[in-house]
Amino acid sequence: MDELYRDVILDHYKNPRGHGVMQEPDAQADGLNPLCGDEVSIFVSFAEDGDTIEEVKFQGRGCAISQASTSMLMELVHGRSATEVAAMSREELLDEVGIPLTPVRLKCALLGLGVLKVALHRSKGTPLPEEWAGLDELELK
Amino acid sequence: MGMTTQARLDAQKLRADFPIFKQPMHGKPLVYLDSANSSQKPRQVLDAVHDFYETSYANVHRAVYELGGRATEAYEGARDKTQTFVNAESRREVIFTKGATEALNLVAYAWGLDNLGPGDTVLVTELEHHSNFVPWQYIAGRTGADFAAIPIDGGGELALDGLDELARTRRIKVVACGLVSNSLGTINPVERLGAWAHDQGAIMVVDACQAAPHRPIDVQALGCDFLAFTGHKMLAPSGIGVLWGRQKLLQKMSPFELGGEMIRSVSIERTTWNELPNKFEAGTPPIAQAYGLGVAIDYLSAVGLEAIEEHEARLTAHAIERLAEIPGLTLFGPPADRRAGIVSFTLAGVHPHDVAQILDSEGVAVRAGHHCNQPLMHRLGVPATTRASLYLYTLEDEVDSLVAGLQRVREVFK
Repeated sequence: MDELYRDVILDHYKNPRGHGVMQEPDAQADGLNPLCGDEVSIFVSFAEDGDTIEEVKFQGRGCAISQASTSMLMELVHGRSATEVAAMSREELLDEVGIPLTPVRLKCALLGLGVLKVALHRSKGTPLPEEWAGLDELELK
Repeated sequence: MGMTTQARLDAQKLRADFPIFKQPMHGKPLVYLDSANSSQKPRQVLDAVHDFYETSYANVHRAVYELGGRATEAYEGARDKTQTFVNAESRREVIFTKGATEALNLVAYAWGLDNLGPGDTVLVTELEHHSNFVPWQYIAGRTGADFAAIPIDGGGELALDGLDELARTRRIKVVACGLVSNSLGTINPVERLGAWAHDQGAIMVVDACQAAPHRPIDVQALGCDFLAFTGHKMLAPSGIGVLWGRQKLLQKMSPFELGGEMIRSVSIERTTWNELPNKFEAGTPPIAQAYGLGVAIDYLSAVGLEAIEEHEARLTAHAIERLAEIPGLTLFGPPADRRAGIVSFTLAGVHPHDVAQILDSEGVAVRAGHHCNQPLMHRLGVPATTRASLYLYTLEDEVDSLVAGLQRVREVFK
């Protein structure tokens, strides 16, 4: 239990990084995990090269796992290219989250990454990876 | 349902019948507070179903050999027990379904498609489980009827003062309401609502999923037209549910599912329907599950529904009192004397899923989420709640374990 709610998770939950709304984002998507009622919206703006993620923000509400993992994701993807992030494995994020997760809570932890990939897909046409089993269950607006 | 006065329920003694409690959970005693979601099963039901498969199993209604006879007797015997359990006038009014969801869909489709149209209104409540909400919303949409919901007040009880105003402006054809709210435990005034529905010329459809396992049900006293409940919340296997309906209405209704068993005669030109209840039981039914439901009814009746109700009322009052000790806890719903054994709450600063996860590590199983009640969650202004629900095997100590677990949650999130 203490493993699950380790300090870094609680810290990201209480002080989320990159929290906020962007007025005119280059890419945006919203997602919902109907299981917990977790909600995440992600906003991206690209650098002049049109590929580097210059700024990324999120807004949402939900459980500690979903909000903390999205907060960590903001730090992970900042400054990276859209193509690279679209191909980013879920393991990379889960390593960062660093806690054992049951299949149910996995959906919470991966919500933010799913929403971000949808945003990139819409804006850049990057692929939605096939191994994204949970994506069908995200209620994409 | 006995007329005799039953002894006070001894939960500690009953627990010996439930094998699930033998195992520890994360090294602690299992505290199962999610019976509103699904109940645990007593050995009597498990053994009977097992025994039935080993000695008496075959398909029902069509096999002429000995086993076919035994299986049919077991299946139809469960129907008789169910008839007594809800005090139905006739066994023909008891239809077995795969669950309450199918039962409610049956009414919405088979009654709704033929009887609803533009200018009609289907009235549900803000407390409804999605299974008594979404089918009606959908069938109203399909038929051009309007769809509306009776609101709740701040205490989580139905606000009925606007009903007559509603009746002046609308033609109400269906009122669909749960007997007990699965999220808040509110006991709804279904008799009063049913009488009002009939004054409007509407039918009254009752979801009794959270009531049938916990208190005596009398469909004739309730004065409703349809009543649905499910087996798995009342000690029986999953996959069996019940729709009770008034014979007069059921007879006039078109079938819901079509296929084997529900027909009288079939030809290329024309097919005619079987009599009740077979008309609404197409295909091979959940045979052993229905038999298991009958055994569960025997078990519940032996313990006594009044005794179960009294036991849960006492524990609910205790839970409400103890939960009030926890800083930052918001409890939703009515006071103890107007609610069944369900408590739904939020803890400031902690998402219900995190509450449930930490409680799980303490061996305490609760439900966290929207409880298939999204309109209600919206109304309460929360995305989700944590819900603890009680049953005949719940101990007062377990309510205290919940409270101790919640204090632990507060420490983790302090």
